[in-house]
Amino acid sequence: MTTLDTPRAGSPAPPPPEPPRTRRARLRVPARVRRAGLPYLLLLPALLLELLIHLVPMGVGIVMSFKELTQQYIRTWGDAPWSGLDNFRVAVDFDAPVGEALLRSFGVTCAFTVLAVGLAWLLGVTAAVLMQENFRGRGLLRALFLTPYALPVYAAVITWSFMLQRDNGLVNHVVHEQLGLTDSPPFWLIGDNSFFALVVVAVWRTWPFAFLILMAALQNIPRELYEAAQVDGAGIWQQVRRITLPSLRPVNQVLVLVLFLWTFNDFNVPYLLFGKAAPESADLISIHIYQSSFVTWDFGAGSAMSVLLLLFLLLVTAVYLLVTSRGRKHDG
Amino acid sequence: MRVRRSAPGRPVLRRTAALAAVSALTMAATACGGGSSTGDEGSNKNPGTLTYWATNQGSSLEHDKKVLTPELKKFEKETGIDVKLEVVPWDSLLDRILAATSSGQGPDVLNIGNTWSASLQATGALLPWDAKNLKKIGGKDRFTPSALAAAGAEGKPPAAVPLYSLAYGLYYNKQMFKDAGIAKPPETWDELVDTGKKLTGDGKYGLAVEGGNPVENAHHAFVFGKQHGADFFDSSGEPTFDKPANVKAVKQYVDFLASDGIAAEGNAEYAKNESVRDFATGKAGMLLWQAAASSLKSHGMKPDEYGVAPVPAQSADASGERAVNTMVAGINLAVFKNTDNLDGALKFVKFMTSTEEQKALNGTYGSIPPVKEAQQDAAFSTPDLKVLRDVLANSSAPLPQVPDESKFETLVGTAMKELFAEAASGKSVSTGTVQERLTEAQQQMQK
Repeated sequence: MTTLDTPRAGSPAPPPPEPPRTRRARLRVPARVRRAGLPYLLLLPALLLELLIHLVPMGVGIVMSFKELTQQYIRTWGDAPWSGLDNFRVAVDFDAPVGEALLRSFGVTCAFTVLAVGLAWLLGVTAAVLMQENFRGRGLLRALFLTPYALPVYAAVITWSFMLQRDNGLVNHVVHEQLGLTDSPPFWLIGDNSFFALVVVAVWRTWPFAFLILMAALQNIPRELYEAAQVDGAGIWQQVRRITLPSLRPVNQVLVLVLFLWTFNDFNVPYLLFGKAAPESADLISIHIYQSSFVTWDFGAGSAMSVLLLLFLLLVTAVYLLVTSRGRKHDG
Repeated sequence: MRVRRSAPGRPVLRRTAALAAVSALTMAATACGGGSSTGDEGSNKNPGTLTYWATNQGSSLEHDKKVLTPELKKFEKETGIDVKLEVVPWDSLLDRILAATSSGQGPDVLNIGNTWSASLQATGALLPWDAKNLKKIGGKDRFTPSALAAAGAEGKPPAAVPLYSLAYGLYYNKQMFKDAGIAKPPETWDELVDTGKKLTGDGKYGLAVEGGNPVENAHHAFVFGKQHGADFFDSSGEPTFDKPANVKAVKQYVDFLASDGIAAEGNAEYAKNESVRDFATGKAGMLLWQAAASSLKSHGMKPDEYGVAPVPAQSADASGERAVNTMVAGINLAVFKNTDNLDGALKFVKFMTSTEEQKALNGTYGSIPPVKEAQQDAAFSTPDLKVLRDVLANSSAPLPQVPDESKFETLVGTAMKELFAEAASGKSVSTGTVQERLTEAQQQMQK
């Protein structure tokens, strides 16, 4: 029987296996209860950590978003006066400068995310498919592909920022001096081009992850499927469409979601490339919120923006999960 | 053939995926953190140790450790108090201080940039230097008045005491001036532009500016503003960013690159002291900078190769506020109010502001001692330090000591960065453009 139910890298773990039936394990607790309770028991530490690391700070952040929290109250923020929905009102008043800037930043982030995730995925899947063939130097190439993912983000992005400098950077040396593609050396770290600089660095940084996951997933597709398809007379493109892509689907669903969330919230890359004041064209929402809270010291407004962002991402994720799971049902 | 997807695995898969998604999402709530503060007032529960956060003054963090450690050893020997030193880089210092403030888990003694004094004072986390506390370190008369004025809001006890003083000066390349037949450094901005034009050519430029650095931009906006008779805040602390005089001030500075052409286009993205490098390596003939001596030296420029003059004014006969040609720059020493070694912290501040230590530390860093007695030392009478000392005493002004000061630096400085970027990419920067940017920045202040 050919099912795709084998565990795959990148897809969530299968249900925990039944506890081994050794003689010792049969003591005291009835087997039925033990079997039912064990998964929850195993989940408990994770749940506790989840609570501590994520849910508590998130709760605190939500409380803060309803406060008028400037540096006057940062030391005793519990005493900060309640401001009701003021922070939210300011954040979504798109005719006023704060809301307008937030909206612009949101737009930039959406465009950036779509472009960066799309390209990272495309590169990842292409490389993963090509690397299925066994050829000399495959291991080396694979290691090389994974380098951006393995490098410490700080070192990697700082190096990029040097390469992207206008007057002494390697990028302009190639683009302008060697290839002569531009009349004058373009700026990459300020002005409109910084958006593209950001996309390039982000894709460079994330595609190896897509590659890694997809490669593992591809290796789990039984070879017989392809052999059978060949016997039936299917061409390469048909094989990709009928076997590869559907088999990758569950992995892709998780992969794209994770890439989306990481990219949308990316802080390191823009911060290291542009510092605390990103150019307008590359003013990602994470940096924007950071600046609103920590640089201009209005923590209430910053928290409100974070909460809005959280709601947006929850909504997108919910819709995404709904759509993808429905698609799967119809397919089955 | 069809691939059959099996049903049993699915609900679990979906649930886990959802859980993973939710946990990834929670990372989005970035601005969280903090907590209620712990004990408010200082105590002497822990008299044996002190934690000290020093700013990065030297060429590297290691350099600072090397400079400070022997001095701290002296203090340890004198008092038996063990000092734990941490040198904090500038770009993370403010975040660290805020985190320490909100958690109550900070160092006992720390350095702050003096422009943040009033902003940090407003948090209430720093020990106020009232007469009683000042008396323990020798009284306020030991310090230069301008340095003390940059240590907190007017009418309140200072939030910190001055440690190192710095001032902006006009650095010029003697050889380049000689080659261009320029006899003396410019005294007015018109002269500076003329001089700059004579120096510009053959890949060299008249002036190097740090256009991508908001803080640097804001400092110049402040001084130019003063010279045009304006302030960025009115007397009640409300922002007045887009007043015509401030617009003129910002435009004048951006125009060095935009229309005068005496600064290189590439300067628009400089944010990591590249302008100092350009000046030191002879790519630019002039530089507006504070205490650049040690940085220039590290780039291989010898002290006799450059001269330092006061930053120019609008006219040669400017007086009063219009003659201001530098902000009072410097580093202050603050004590966290909730320290558990209050006496030790006061002793430490006394030690660091003692005449002897002031001479030693300011001498090493190329800054000026804010302690009058130390300033008299011959070591601070080199030609360049003498100029900086004089402007600091006679024609300096502290940045507005209002709680929103840090916002001013960010918003106005960033607006100027965008203006530089527009100018560098060939767009014209008119008075209207500058006005628009400053109005936008001001509205962000007021919400």
